[in-house]
Amino acid sequence: MEFKTFIFYWFALVLLFGALRVITCRNPVHAAMWLVLCFFTAAGVWLLLHAEFLAITLVLVYVGAVMVLFLFVIMMLDVNLLKLKENFRSYWPVGAMVGVLVAFEMASILFVAYDRAPAAVAPEHGADYSNTRELGLLLYTEYVYAFEIAAVLLLVAIVAAIALTYRRRKGVRQQDVGEQVRVKKGDRLRLIKVPTEPAAEAAKPGDAAA
Amino acid sequence: MPISLSHYLVLGALLFAISVVGIFLNRRNLIILLMAIELMLLAVNLNFVAFSHFLGDPAGQVFVFFILTVAAAESAIGLAILVVLFRNIGGIDVNELGSLKG
Repeated sequence: MEFKTFIFYWFALVLLFGALRVITCRNPVHAAMWLVLCFFTAAGVWLLLHAEFLAITLVLVYVGAVMVLFLFVIMMLDVNLLKLKENFRSYWPVGAMVGVLVAFEMASILFVAYDRAPAAVAPEHGADYSNTRELGLLLYTEYVYAFEIAAVLLLVAIVAAIALTYRRRKGVRQQDVGEQVRVKKGDRLRLIKVPTEPAAEAAKPGDAAA
Repeated sequence: MPISLSHYLVLGALLFAISVVGIFLNRRNLIILLMAIELMLLAVNLNFVAFSHFLGDPAGQVFVFFILTVAAAESAIGLAILVVLFRNIGGIDVNELGSLKG
């Protein structure tokens, strides 16, 4: 057996096992950890497919950012796990039935269509072929509008996430910077004309003389 | 026997089926539901990358790039909604979402 074949089957096995553990774990933290394993193995499978840039992106973006966000939220929320798992077993039959149905339908299509179709042979690239370079060339020329829209989408996501979770509490004392900057001299300072007292003025020379 | 396109497609289909089962099993826990959706997107991305490799067209990989972007935005907003939900109803049980209806 060729080594690449062995690697593929091993990664596929780990990926499917990890996915099964993700959906059956009782503890969401463990499920998130299994999902991290899934992403790592999927990145390995993508490396087998010569998609180096996307494999690294998957690890950086998903494992580095999205899964950390998941863990953050899981640990921040105090979730009652027992209550959430109450009817877990009763969902098994219908879930398994739908899963087998989906797998069967997809397999029937795949086997019928790809047995008759001529086998796709992956083109061989030279040693100087760079996947990142090719993707970059394509992304910044042909797909540049889509790229900009993706950037705007990320901006909207940032604004939406902050706007959703922002909470203004009552009874918290805080500075109003605008009010502070806008204040004028007349609001803070009051000049009072104090009349000089003639009696005191008159008494002073008298004291000195005494 | 060398690995062909159908191997990768079958792997993607199995992964997709597992995540569909996950949505059915964990229909009360919103966090696991979001994770199952991430798994689904991973399966779809696997198909895109496999087709891109075997047909020699890098456009498929550009598509995966955009799907990753959208998925990251989706999970960020989903988790933000989850946090707001937890604040309002004190849990993340999908069954208690009925109070949202007007």
